[in-house]
Amino acid sequence: MSEERKVIVEIKGVNKIYGKNHVVKDLDLDIYEGEFLTLLGSSGCGKTTTLRMVAGFEEPTSGTIKVENEDIHNKEPYERDVNTVFQSYALFPHMTVYDNVAYGLKMKKVKKAEIKERVTEMLDMVQLGGFEKRYPLQLSGGQKQRVAIARALINKPKVLLLDEPLGALDLKLRKQMQLELKRLQKKLNITFIYVTHDQEEALTMSDRICIMNDGVLQQVGTPSQIYESPRTRFVATFIGETNLFDGIVRAKQNGKLHINVESGDFCVPDEDFKNNEMLAVSVRPERMLYSAEPVEGFNLTGTVKDQIYVGSVLKTVVELPNGNEVKIERLAGQELPKGGMVYLHWNDGDAKLIHTFDDVFAGAVEDVVMQ
Amino acid sequence: MSRNIKAIIKKIVSIIFCGLVYLFLFLPIAVIVVNSFNATTTKPYQTWKGFTFDWYGKLFENETLLNSFGTTMAIALISTLLSTAIGTIAAVGMYKYKFKGKNIIDGLLYIPVVIPEIVLGISLLTLFSNTHIPRGMLTLVLAHTTFSIPYVIFNVRARLSGYDNSIEEASMDLGANRIVTFKNITLPVLAPGIGGGALLAFTLSIDDVIVSYFTNGQVKTFPLKVMESIKSGVAPDVNALSALILIGTILLVILTQSDLFKKKQ
Repeated sequence: MSEERKVIVEIKGVNKIYGKNHVVKDLDLDIYEGEFLTLLGSSGCGKTTTLRMVAGFEEPTSGTIKVENEDIHNKEPYERDVNTVFQSYALFPHMTVYDNVAYGLKMKKVKKAEIKERVTEMLDMVQLGGFEKRYPLQLSGGQKQRVAIARALINKPKVLLLDEPLGALDLKLRKQMQLELKRLQKKLNITFIYVTHDQEEALTMSDRICIMNDGVLQQVGTPSQIYESPRTRFVATFIGETNLFDGIVRAKQNGKLHINVESGDFCVPDEDFKNNEMLAVSVRPERMLYSAEPVEGFNLTGTVKDQIYVGSVLKTVVELPNGNEVKIERLAGQELPKGGMVYLHWNDGDAKLIHTFDDVFAGAVEDVVMQ
Repeated sequence: MSRNIKAIIKKIVSIIFCGLVYLFLFLPIAVIVVNSFNATTTKPYQTWKGFTFDWYGKLFENETLLNSFGTTMAIALISTLLSTAIGTIAAVGMYKYKFKGKNIIDGLLYIPVVIPEIVLGISLLTLFSNTHIPRGMLTLVLAHTTFSIPYVIFNVRARLSGYDNSIEEASMDLGANRIVTFKNITLPVLAPGIGGGALLAFTLSIDDVIVSYFTNGQVKTFPLKVMESIKSGVAPDVNALSALILIGTILLVILTQSDLFKKKQ
């Protein structure tokens, strides 16, 4: 993500409140020209509302949204240079595929000959050449999706907004369309803002992912940044599987933090944490190690509860003294005896430290504000 | 063998049953059409005296009958136009917006439908006389519009139940303003519901007797005229006009059911 890239959509201090529901909270987000940005979160997290505010179907309660440095507050949806692909496809049922795709150009009063040329080209691009005369009812789900994408893209929008466009497709078709969308986006070099609740989809397609929870932006970053360095507990648990330990900093020495968790204690390289500060430690299952012998710097033991062999990977569940379970993924190899005791550890850098006070504090402030 | 016989009997019985139902439905209509060609000239115009086209000729000389038919068509057209416009807007509004007391308003719609027509007639008469609106064309149109509106709303609402609001958003997203969106998207998609409602309103208005009887003043609609003349037996020229209306109705049904019309939906 180079810094000199041009910001195309600027969301600043945006709030959206419906009655008592604070759906989007103080959202600040810059979206760069030509990037594939995904808004990721579970349902009700405010991602679709954010998209609809950019499209113009909802108005922010406060804050500004700029497209190419122009405040779009007073612009109706039909005056904005953005187009949307709807979750339900929203094809016009009484029009043919051709008329559906041509609709935007007709509204712009483009000449008939040019419309014909561009529609044909667009339908070829989404592999629907020859379907011009069909009605939406005569199309399969995947075909409808392609028409919806073609209908939006033909207007050459500055930004394309996609609201869970693949949600209704079966898994195989979804995978195929993910790659196809990514290909189209690269080819046309249009900024995509993509809403989904599917973290795998987000990791596969995005240049950057913006994770939202309960209306609050949790973290923005490339897929690997998000996966490798989650900034909040929510991000750590939402993206992929992880093992979380809640703990407290007991001491700092030699560039290492001595951390005390309920089931034991361990040392990790220092980050900017203070003595007695609360934190969470996230270790991915594939980074978690175990040993039959104690490892220096770690005092964390558990008993092997289960081992599941799933082809290339061996999944081990280790139970800690407090009853919590730790998931470990290893390439298949030596199995451990069930019920045996193991010492858990990991390499420096594989444990991610997360400030938990921030989460709690933000939540508390929010509660006060809302009352 | 016995199975085959059973099947044959089953088939015969069902054909006879079906035939009886259709006979029951269409025999009265056939009687009217046949009687319109009856050459009899003595009341009560029921004995068959040979075939003639005379009544169709006489029909076009019977100005009061033709005038009453014209009145009926005019009232039907105007009240259909009004009730379709009002009903469609009401149905769309009630589908799109949430407001307090929506359920009550929803429920109230059924009252004009289930209420005995005679009660509606009396209440309209009371209303018009208390507000000093002279009974005539105006009150007939108002009365017919009143009882047609709920039927239009029901029809349009049935169409709306499968309506995806986001197609309007998609239209605006693609550069069409609200008016263009309504014209290009909302109206064509709802057209079958609106058309059905209009057709229903039209037929309800054409053959209405009871409500018209209370609200007509000096104006005679076709059904009222027929009611009046029935005291001395149905004159064959009334039969002739009925037969013509029948043909008109059949043409209308064919037109609305034809593939040509259906493809547009």
